[in-house]
Amino acid sequence: MAAEKRVFFQSTWLPWALLAPQLVIVSVFFFWPAGQALVQSLQEQDAFGLSVNWVGLDNFKTLLSDSAYLESFKTTAVFSILVAVLGIALSLGLAVFADRIVRGALAYRTMLIVPYAVAPAVAGVLWVFMFSPSIGVVSYALSHSIGFEWNHLLNSTHAMALIVTAAVWKQISYNFLFFLAGMQSIPKSLIEAAAMDGARPWRRFWTIQFPLLSPTTFFLLVINMVYAFFDTFAIIDATTHGGPGRDTVILVYKVYQDGFKGGDIGGAAAQSVILMLVVVAMTVFQFRYIEKKVNY
Amino acid sequence: MKLKIATLALGTALSFSAQAQTEVQWWHSMTGGLNEWVNDLAKGYNDSQKDFRVVPTYKGNYDESMTTAMAAFRAGNAPHILQVFEVGTATMMAAKGAIKPVGEVMKQAGVPFDPKAYVPAVAGYYTAPNGEMMSFPFNSSTTIFYYNKDAFKAAGLDPNKAPSTWPEVTLAAAKLKASGHKCPYTSSWVSWVHLESFSTWHNTLFATQNNGFGGTGTRLAFNSPLHLRHFDNLANMSKQGLFVYKGRASVAVPSFVSGECAMFTGSSGSYADVSKGAKFAYGLAPLPYYPDVDGAPQNTVIGGASLWVMAGKKPAEYKGVADFFKYLSSPEIQSASHKRTGYLPITMAAYQLTEKSGFYKEKPGTDVAVTQMIRKTTDKSRGIRLGNFVQIRNIIDEETEAIWAGKKGAKEALETAMKRGNEQLEKFEKANK
Repeated sequence: MAAEKRVFFQSTWLPWALLAPQLVIVSVFFFWPAGQALVQSLQEQDAFGLSVNWVGLDNFKTLLSDSAYLESFKTTAVFSILVAVLGIALSLGLAVFADRIVRGALAYRTMLIVPYAVAPAVAGVLWVFMFSPSIGVVSYALSHSIGFEWNHLLNSTHAMALIVTAAVWKQISYNFLFFLAGMQSIPKSLIEAAAMDGARPWRRFWTIQFPLLSPTTFFLLVINMVYAFFDTFAIIDATTHGGPGRDTVILVYKVYQDGFKGGDIGGAAAQSVILMLVVVAMTVFQFRYIEKKVNY
Repeated sequence: MKLKIATLALGTALSFSAQAQTEVQWWHSMTGGLNEWVNDLAKGYNDSQKDFRVVPTYKGNYDESMTTAMAAFRAGNAPHILQVFEVGTATMMAAKGAIKPVGEVMKQAGVPFDPKAYVPAVAGYYTAPNGEMMSFPFNSSTTIFYYNKDAFKAAGLDPNKAPSTWPEVTLAAAKLKASGHKCPYTSSWVSWVHLESFSTWHNTLFATQNNGFGGTGTRLAFNSPLHLRHFDNLANMSKQGLFVYKGRASVAVPSFVSGECAMFTGSSGSYADVSKGAKFAYGLAPLPYYPDVDGAPQNTVIGGASLWVMAGKKPAEYKGVADFFKYLSSPEIQSASHKRTGYLPITMAAYQLTEKSGFYKEKPGTDVAVTQMIRKTTDKSRGIRLGNFVQIRNIIDEETEAIWAGKKGAKEALETAMKRGNEQLEKFEKANK
């Protein structure tokens, strides 16, 4: 084992000074609002903040006895698993192809990265235009070619498919970039050696590239789950508004509905706190159990 | 020293000239042509006098501007005037420390103000139980019926006779479908049209305590046999493809304007879109009703928004607000606004002035909304004023979508909506004790 070379700094204030900008940003944009959410989740206040009552855990009790809230957990689970799995699988596939391409690689890559530059709300509007029942390009084509009546306004499966598609489409670029970089950091000699031993592309992928990509895949799994939990709000707001019924109301959308549209600050804050706990738990779980299967 | 005095004098002079015109901030939610209308109103007022200057600012849609104003109030930067949509009325009324009743503003400024000059169904909605007018009615609309005359002709229906009852609508829809129409009837605002207006139109309660006018202890009551009958009827129409659901709020409007749907119920304010976009002959008619119900048709319920005055401002600024409201209430301004936007004329004088000008004869159907509203209201029809109404409407949308999707029966959906809506009312009652 090679001896590690370490450099020690004697100064006591320098490390803090160097950390300060980041600490300020984190505390202003994370700890402060998170702390406020925590305080507000124990209060009940009217919309204008004229009367504030401490209600203890009442907001949480109301939430947990609300069947609509519990259903929203299920919706969120289905949605985020679909987004993460589909998003990762598709972009991995695309990265494999892009890695093998010789001519015009730059053009393909650029095209694949473009959706990431699109704002989520714009992505949502784009998809809703294409799939708008009876007038959207895609739904019109579906109904006139194979007689399939697309209607995400009333059909929950269609609505879920629509938001998953939009969310995945938006995230593919990000995943793709990481996979492509991961692929390119795998030494060519490994793959060439396998090829000389007679391994076909499919086998080379499963036995060499995929295992070596596992740190990337794991990282993307965490990122994609967090993305599906939080960043997809605008997509839902622009496409389904949580409908039909409540079938596409994911947790973060419900926070918005209750807090922003309904002015129920206490209830929305309690939901934010629960959401925070869920994400912390999920991340801890992923690092403890799934990470063990990852070889760095 | 001299220089100091000079700058001081200059400073006072500058601040004096800046104060000579008192500024009145007005936050609103009007877009497109309506935004121009609001700006023109402010400009007209600013040009008409020298003491005050009204500054209109667009602050997002109704939900957003209300939320922004709430946050601004918490931070001490609320505007003087805030445009709030009708479903926010109960929330604003309950926020006693945040608002200043319009009646009080007018009285303190010494501006004569007679609530009786206003159309009863409009003024009544914004009046507190003690008779004080809380907010200034601004843009009011109501629910009416539109139909495509060309499609009626093609289906062998009389294009000059709109179906006036729900059974007639069903029959007309069946004929339209038989003639190959894919979307005989659609509707925007399901809760507003089919539950709220439907209730007052049939002089039936939507919620207890006179639809919330009696206090905050109100609960929803839309599971009466009449409501169930109507939703059973709509559910059947939906099943047979006679009623096609096109989405929440006003999403359905383009389906009518494009000619895809032949009949449509929605806001009288949609007239602007219809008259601009429809490439076919269309007609406007009163909202259909069930003819065997006693007291029907009564009057429909208002939508749109009113102007609220926020608390905690200087007396001189309130004077400006009162003066601006006086300007807005003049029959000439009212009538011009009514003709321009399709919103209701909110004073009787403005209605009479518009009638005299021959506008209703020139553009037939534009008086439908007015005649539906200018009636003596009853306790059951004065309007609907509930706390957390935004959420309740959302719940109604969610539950009724289950009917159109065939997942729930009308009874089950309406009762679940009531149960969930009542939870919201209980919450509001608790928070505003």
